[in-house]
Amino acid sequence: MATGAGSLRPSAKPAVSAARIRAAADKSGIVVPGLIFGVLAGLPVAALLVPEGYLLDLATRIMIFSIAAVALDLVVGYGALVSFGHAAFIGLGAYAVGILAAHGIGETLVSLPLALAVSMLFAYLTGLVSLRTRGVYFIMITLAFGQMAFFTASSLAPYGGDDGLTIAARNTLLGFALFKYPRALYYVALACLIGTFFLCRAIVGSRFGRVLRGARENPTRMATLGFEVYRFQLAAYVISGGLCGLAGFLLANAADFVSPAYMSWQRSGELIIMVLLGGIGTLYGAIIGTASYLLIEELLSGLTEYWKVIFGPMLVLVVVFGRGGLVGLLARVRWRRRHG
Amino acid sequence: MSLALLFVQILNGLQLGVLLFLIAAGLTLVFGVMDFINLAHGVQYMLGAYLAVAFYTLAGNFFFALVLALATTLAFGLALEFLVFRRLYGRDHLDHVMATFGIILFLNHGVKLAWGAAPLSLPIPDLLSGSVVLMDGLLYPVWRLVIIGSGLAVAAGLYGLVNYTRIGMLVRAGATNAPLVSALGVDIRRLFMIVFGFGAMLAGFAGIMIAPILSVEPGMGDTILILAFVVIVIGGIGSIRGAFLAALIIGLVDTLGRSFAVDILRLFMGPSPARTVGPALASMLIYVLMAIVLYWRPAGLFPVKGR
Amino acid sequence: MAEPVLRLEDLRKSFGGLVVTDDLTLEVGARELHAIIGPNGAGKTTLINQISGLLAPDAGRVLFAGRDVTALPAHARAAAGMARSFQITSILPGFSALENVALAAQARAGSSFRMFGRAAEEAELNEPALAALGEVGLAPRAHVPAGHLSHGEKRALELAIALAMAPKLLLLDEPMAGTGREESGRLVGLLRSLKGRFPMVLVEHDMTAVFALADRISVLIYGRVLASGTPEEVRADPKVAAAYLGDEME
Repeated sequence: MATGAGSLRPSAKPAVSAARIRAAADKSGIVVPGLIFGVLAGLPVAALLVPEGYLLDLATRIMIFSIAAVALDLVVGYGALVSFGHAAFIGLGAYAVGILAAHGIGETLVSLPLALAVSMLFAYLTGLVSLRTRGVYFIMITLAFGQMAFFTASSLAPYGGDDGLTIAARNTLLGFALFKYPRALYYVALACLIGTFFLCRAIVGSRFGRVLRGARENPTRMATLGFEVYRFQLAAYVISGGLCGLAGFLLANAADFVSPAYMSWQRSGELIIMVLLGGIGTLYGAIIGTASYLLIEELLSGLTEYWKVIFGPMLVLVVVFGRGGLVGLLARVRWRRRHG
Repeated sequence: MSLALLFVQILNGLQLGVLLFLIAAGLTLVFGVMDFINLAHGVQYMLGAYLAVAFYTLAGNFFFALVLALATTLAFGLALEFLVFRRLYGRDHLDHVMATFGIILFLNHGVKLAWGAAPLSLPIPDLLSGSVVLMDGLLYPVWRLVIIGSGLAVAAGLYGLVNYTRIGMLVRAGATNAPLVSALGVDIRRLFMIVFGFGAMLAGFAGIMIAPILSVEPGMGDTILILAFVVIVIGGIGSIRGAFLAALIIGLVDTLGRSFAVDILRLFMGPSPARTVGPALASMLIYVLMAIVLYWRPAGLFPVKGR
Repeated sequence: MAEPVLRLEDLRKSFGGLVVTDDLTLEVGARELHAIIGPNGAGKTTLINQISGLLAPDAGRVLFAGRDVTALPAHARAAAGMARSFQITSILPGFSALENVALAAQARAGSSFRMFGRAAEEAELNEPALAALGEVGLAPRAHVPAGHLSHGEKRALELAIALAMAPKLLLLDEPMAGTGREESGRLVGLLRSLKGRFPMVLVEHDMTAVFALADRISVLIYGRVLASGTPEEVRADPKVAAAYLGDEME
């Protein structure tokens, strides 16, 4: 049995090559995120001209999934751990809110810590097992755990089971029905996204992050330097899970509904694609990718009911012709312009 | 719980197992030889079922429909390989995941566009419909026996092909060390194409055979895809033998688990909690099995990679 | 001899039917540079892997600084002061040369679970890293991505990484492999300057380097030590000449 996710069984090829991650990274680390947050902060002001509702809800949803995507990028892009069960953490956070609401408890100061605790605990327990594997086996084990969460949620008959659970009233903050106001929810989600982004950024640049990134490049070397790679990866995995739990908390409030579908493997796959689309290993790429994915979804589904028939091949084209996602594309365009 | 019921479920388990093998065989070969994660394998199974229905509507005869559907699934698989997948060999698994995910979206909704969202059905050929008395009180559908039989025949044929022919030897060599095989002068691209097309055809065959007893609908390939991945991980990636054994085990465990979980749990707890916990536990059974196997044999039951 | 820094007792390792390490016993003194030579297939890299903890022996013990480390995984042995270089260069290609060494300095300094602060700007790590790079002559190349360095530079980088760990024992697995004459000459000079600072185990094929550097030499044939002693003793040993040295001496 392997001694750690950074162990040396040569037969398990890492699912993400280090070279590929480097190709996606853009050097201007502050301009692009600054732009993104500027746009997002200004949006509700612009939306004052548009009836509150559609645009705001869409933007809120984009931000919520961006939180999860950034959290996923931390483990996929910087840790080279392809988790195919990450949607489970979102779902667990959402269910924490839903189940408490079903029992009449809607106070944020109770629901939010519970959501975080549940998702981080699940991440810890599943990470203990999953991180002893790597490559495709890690993908399969995380998928399996995601499925287990999905099936458990589906079997919770008192909480809706397969059909899901409607949440009668959104969370309150110290008794005040904060989240009832879409603009308030919007700004809370924005604050959480900004916080998530800068937290992950700090982690990546820290001593801890350096070990994580080193393990991505050469786990054997890291072991012979004296680092127990497993512990670092587990910590990153738990943090990532917790942030997804935060996203789940916000999602339950935004959708007024929780369902086992939040934890399906298809959702985990979509999350991976959101990160990939933007460009893994950059953090803000995850935000761009999520926004692109959801915006295209909105646009195309407005055109036809069968928009996925167009979207599917689009994804294929992006993979075949675009290396490093949209961020990589941007970098190439900028390079070409700079070098004539 | 009667013995007859047990036997029925064992047979059902074998049927599922055989079906899983047909799908897993192509999956494990493609993964083993080309190191390509093909999430789109499930929709190839679905496509086989839809094509069978379509050709049956045209031809009115199941066996013509079978042949035509097989040929079309093979052609589709080859086209997919030629147009898309061969550009992705050697790339990160993440790229494979995203591309094949796109294919899943395309086909799951494409069939909805072409045939509507309502489930379709295909009648069992008259000759093979009806049930057979296998023992006292045990009536079993002939068609399910046909599935088991044809699946075992394909398995035997595959075994012969892989172990006793030149092309089979090349496939086995490719599964162990593809770059070396290429360096030895074998046209590896043609080998890949053949492996992929053949695997797609097997998945399509599974879809065609199951169409008469399952409802043909968009997304039918999704659940079976996950099961197939569990099969190849347990069996050992690249190993046909492993896929066969693991498929039968999974088929039996899953079927028997779902049938008897509630009853078994009732021995330990009350009927009501058993009925709540039972189905959930039964669904998780194969994942627990996978985790256990991976703990003892991190590379599956019959690991192939010799690197 | 005073307390040896490394002691291998009856180490045994087989792969299937092939016995690669055959009841091997060896001692490395606290101040010496101990070379291990032997023909290809003698099991030298396997031995280094067992010493550093990347491979578990089937039987026998590894004692490091008086402690039985046989059950300790590689990272624990490294944390205890065992550094090594690899026969096939093992560095972090995406990191700069400086960052590679700074990471080693970080391993030494600890506090690696700190999730704030910009590690790349920490003087506490960069200063010893630059010093180590300076010792191996790579200071001007500090900010080059390690993957872009020449082969010889990468070998030197491995050495700098080991230095930054302030090791209690340095294991060198064929550091001259693939280097030209000029570069190996420089590496020999470098290793000579490090002698006495900490004990070293040097696995090498390059006999000029071995005889220039080693305090003691052990000859490994088919997984066991054929002869062990000072260079003169080993050179004069007829068993060694018969089995190995005759082919290798230039």
